[in-house]
Amino acid sequence: MIEVKHLTKKYGNHIAVNDLSFQVEEGQIYGFLGPNGAGKSTTMNIITGYIASTEGTVVINGHDILEEPEEAKRSIGYLPEQPPLYMDMTVHEYLKLAAELKKVAKEKRETMIEDIMNMVQITPMKDRLIKNLSKGYKQRVGLAQALMGYPEVIILDEPTVGLDPKQIIEIRDLIKSLSKKHTVILSSHILSEVSAVCDYIMIISHGKLVASDTPENLEKLMRGENTLEITLKGTEGQARKILSEIEAEDQQIKADKAEGTVELSLKIPGGTDPREEIFYACVKENCPILKMETKHVSLEDIFLELTSQDASAVVSQKGKKEPEEEKEPEGAVESIEEAAEASGMFATSEETVTEEEQDHEDNL
Amino acid sequence: MKTICKKEIRSYLTSMTGYVFIAFVLLLAGIYFTVYHMLQGYPIFGVTLDSMSFVFLIITPILTMRALAEEQRAKTDQLLFTSPLSVKDIVMGKYLGMISIFGITVLILCLFPLIMLAYGEVSLPMAYTALLGFFLLGCASISVGLFVSSITESPVIAAVITFGVLFVSYLIDGINSMLGQTAATSTLIFAILILGVAVIVYSVLKNSLLAILIGVLGEAVLMVIYFVNSSLLEGAIQNFLDIFNLTSHFTDFTNGILSLSHIVYYMTVIGVCLFLTVQSIQKRRWS
Repeated sequence: MIEVKHLTKKYGNHIAVNDLSFQVEEGQIYGFLGPNGAGKSTTMNIITGYIASTEGTVVINGHDILEEPEEAKRSIGYLPEQPPLYMDMTVHEYLKLAAELKKVAKEKRETMIEDIMNMVQITPMKDRLIKNLSKGYKQRVGLAQALMGYPEVIILDEPTVGLDPKQIIEIRDLIKSLSKKHTVILSSHILSEVSAVCDYIMIISHGKLVASDTPENLEKLMRGENTLEITLKGTEGQARKILSEIEAEDQQIKADKAEGTVELSLKIPGGTDPREEIFYACVKENCPILKMETKHVSLEDIFLELTSQDASAVVSQKGKKEPEEEKEPEGAVESIEEAAEASGMFATSEETVTEEEQDHEDNL
Repeated sequence: MKTICKKEIRSYLTSMTGYVFIAFVLLLAGIYFTVYHMLQGYPIFGVTLDSMSFVFLIITPILTMRALAEEQRAKTDQLLFTSPLSVKDIVMGKYLGMISIFGITVLILCLFPLIMLAYGEVSLPMAYTALLGFFLLGCASISVGLFVSSITESPVIAAVITFGVLFVSYLIDGINSMLGQTAATSTLIFAILILGVAVIVYSVLKNSLLAILIGVLGEAVLMVIYFVNSSLLEGAIQNFLDIFNLTSHFTDFTNGILSLSHIVYYMTVIGVCLFLTVQSIQKRRWS
């Protein structure tokens, strides 16, 4: 539906978007996630034909945005970061203008305006001047404008910024209901929002795509990455014996002979909890447990790690593989894991990285 | 195009701008009309229009300063440029909207010769030829203003530059008479102009080779003409500057002379300015 290939945008020496490639399929909600200044708005402005890319192509429904802009723009509705509202028009006048700009047939205009006003709940405001509306209502008028003509793709740049919690929930529900008939692309720098609404998440950092996957897969990954850290009083031999009774991958043992303690770190598969087993195993070996702690790697951590400066540099090569990876979600998972590993998140030492990789490949 | 045009007209007529524009033109016309035709009983309506041709210096910026600059500043151009309309349609729509507001004014002015008719003999063809010239001069000034509005984000700067450009154009008659008719004068001024073009080319395109090429080649050609056939350059600078003199082409209209060359001149100015406007928007978006 939308095909973005090797998109690059430079402002002077600053690279806002760097070799971004992805595909968008019909009937899903896509979320662009990234910190401020990651290139989300720039990417959206390029897709909608408002600014041009320095390099790369955007093809919408088979129409290149540069070569056949009119055709391509026909299937897009866009709500920019700052809603493009004419302040001295009433809501109804503005929506009528939007309908005319989107070339909605004359006889359908009025009913469409009514329907959309009901959908975003601005009917009571229809004769008010836009400059007198609150921020939340302005945002909704902007959203109504993006819906006008029911385009196949609706692109929303930070649609919930500046709204109160109730409005945020309403807008989210609205976006979810839109996905039945439209493809929706939205951007946000708030992770919880994207994971609540989107079917597919693309994490962008410094103009590069660092990861893209469904929230389920990201979560699966998250569950799979729990680690358990234990400190025991005893010898290394005892620790090995205990671990041999437990089902766990990537076991690491670090003995501290001076204090007579052993530190264990193990990765536990999702959905299992071996803590009781470990306790009884330790009892058998007569090793007191000094500390036992599970470490969660949350989606938030992945996001923060992926979007931090070093991570983006490490993962830079991976962006180029993205189009193939999107066709097979597994591939994308791997990319996230690799990215996370490369950033040193799950690995404490160099050697374990290779072990982990093998383990993951087995899993997949 | 129709949508944008309608929107422009509505926005001028729902805000003060449109009314201020119309009122100012009518006020000036009223003053000159009263003095020339009511009090002195002068029968040629063109005189009024000729005297008030400076009005465009003031009213053009009022009308055009917001046209594109304001859209850019308020980001409402995002709505226009992401809708399935071509840039050409948007620019044409804006232009026609402004022309319509000006057209309303000219239509009201069309009543003035009829008032004169009540008091004596008036040549209506002459009066309406002058009005046609007045309309064309206004359209050309507005197209200049539209272009200036497209190159800046600030309506105030757009207004100041528009005023400056039109003012220089208005002064060209005076400048021309100041400059000598000799070939040497023309050569000197052309030489300076060519250098200026080279500097502008360099600052816009950052291409030193092209700038040097233009500078050196231009000066060389100029020198060759000067030494081989200097009579070609006599008065050439006056002819050259006259290209930018919008009001000089208006004088014939006020005298009741309908000349095709002047109509073509105004049409060309409008065409070039609209083309440049489209290009400047394209360039900003496709750089």
